Amino acid sequence: MKEQGTYRVKKGMAQMQKGGVIMDVTTVEQARIAEKAGAVAVMALERVPADIRAAGGVARMADPEIILRIMDTVTIPVMAKVRIGHFAEAQILEELGVDYIDESEVLTPADEQYHINKHLFKVPFVCGARDLGEALRRISEGAAMIRTKGEPGTGNVVEAVRHMRKVMDQIRQVLGKADDELVVMAKEMGVSIEMLKEVREAGRLPVVNFAAGGIASPADASLMMQLGSDGIFVGSGIFKSEKPELVAEAIVQATLHYDDPKILAKTSKGLGEAMPGLEMSSLTAADRMQERGI
Amino acid sequence: MKVGVLAVQGAVSEHLNHLGRCGVNAIAVKEKAALDQVSGLIIPGGESTTIGKLLETFGLAESIRERCCDGSLAVFGTCAGMVLMADEVSDGLPGQPHLGLMKIKVKRNAFGRQRESFETELQFDLFEPALTAVFIRAPKIEEAAAEVEVLARLDEGIVAARQGLMLTTSFHPELTADLRVHQYFIEICKAV
Repeated sequence: MKEQGTYRVKKGMAQMQKGGVIMDVTTVEQARIAEKAGAVAVMALERVPADIRAAGGVARMADPEIILRIMDTVTIPVMAKVRIGHFAEAQILEELGVDYIDESEVLTPADEQYHINKHLFKVPFVCGARDLGEALRRISEGAAMIRTKGEPGTGNVVEAVRHMRKVMDQIRQVLGKADDELVVMAKEMGVSIEMLKEVREAGRLPVVNFAAGGIASPADASLMMQLGSDGIFVGSGIFKSEKPELVAEAIVQATLHYDDPKILAKTSKGLGEAMPGLEMSSLTAADRMQERGI
Repeated sequence: MKVGVLAVQGAVSEHLNHLGRCGVNAIAVKEKAALDQVSGLIIPGGESTTIGKLLETFGLAESIRERCCDGSLAVFGTCAGMVLMADEVSDGLPGQPHLGLMKIKVKRNAFGRQRESFETELQFDLFEPALTAVFIRAPKIEEAAAEVEVLARLDEGIVAARQGLMLTTSFHPELTADLRVHQYFIEICKAV
């Protein structure tokens, strides 16, 4: 008897992506470039986050036509985004056969109170988090993978760094807590004591944790890996740069050899103009995608 | 004796943990210096296109092939590892790098996409009782040469096989608590 879509199968899929780079793509040509560069998966989108930011208005799930074309083109896994809480979009993506669903703050949230009950799906979900509480709440809803939120579409790594450091710092705090102290911590974080005990036992998040939201260079990828990321999402950073092929390949190599400055120096050379970035203070409160769905 | 886990991409720490629990000195292998120290190498699950490309870019592929040729290295490939060990990939990308260590023809994603991924109780010729096998976008062996020993089958395909010092499974023994497949591989390493 085959049992499909068990939590172990969903979580295991993310474990197979560790040490890899997942790239945002909007066309068949970009998907090919990503696969050739050594991406472990692509995120099929109508627009990269930088363009979503620029366009404004309501950002929804991509047209299935685009997603299906990309699924037909590459043999690596294909991910796609749904709005926070929009389980109907998720049902559509599962029907299409998408390999992973990102319940993402990059799109306009559909529900300001509830996230999707991800246990109900055979397809695994990844969700964004800014701290340990958010991460564990998403996991309790069924997320099989976590990523930092960062600040998408900015090409500025500062928020991803903040979120990764926060999660790591809170995990270290959990490690030193006695059972009775965990009770208070669980209450403050809005998570169950059992989940915190699981973190204490494993010494890490119970699922794979990638960095996302502002990574734009090989050095950014190395920085996030050294801070404890299991892998890297690159959104606008590749196809908003001057030489996408070179940048894509360089970020893949930097993610593997993140602790080897000699190789990093070599891969960082001659990549052309990086994507233009945004300074955080230039964003208004409404521009900040990371505050969505907490 | 040391056993290595190829640490290019994928489920590296899971295999290292299993080897550790079997009481073996396990190390991550990222470059040739580490490869030179090990009697056995596990090629973990991950994306075969990514691992294959990086193996070639950083020159590890040639070293692995040489060690296998002179019989000084046992290799165990799981999932993507199976694709990399095959001498033929029926639906590979043009120019997809692979190591060609076993005389098998492998089909990638043979059981469907992630949605169709599953776990099942698998009858394994070597073990009693059956083991829980986790298949994730798994490949299968479509054809195997006479010298390849078939260890387990599922849906008309071969999902575990051995050829001399080479061992491969479509599924992920590193994702369950069962250590029997790793212990079996360690026995092969001891014979190197």
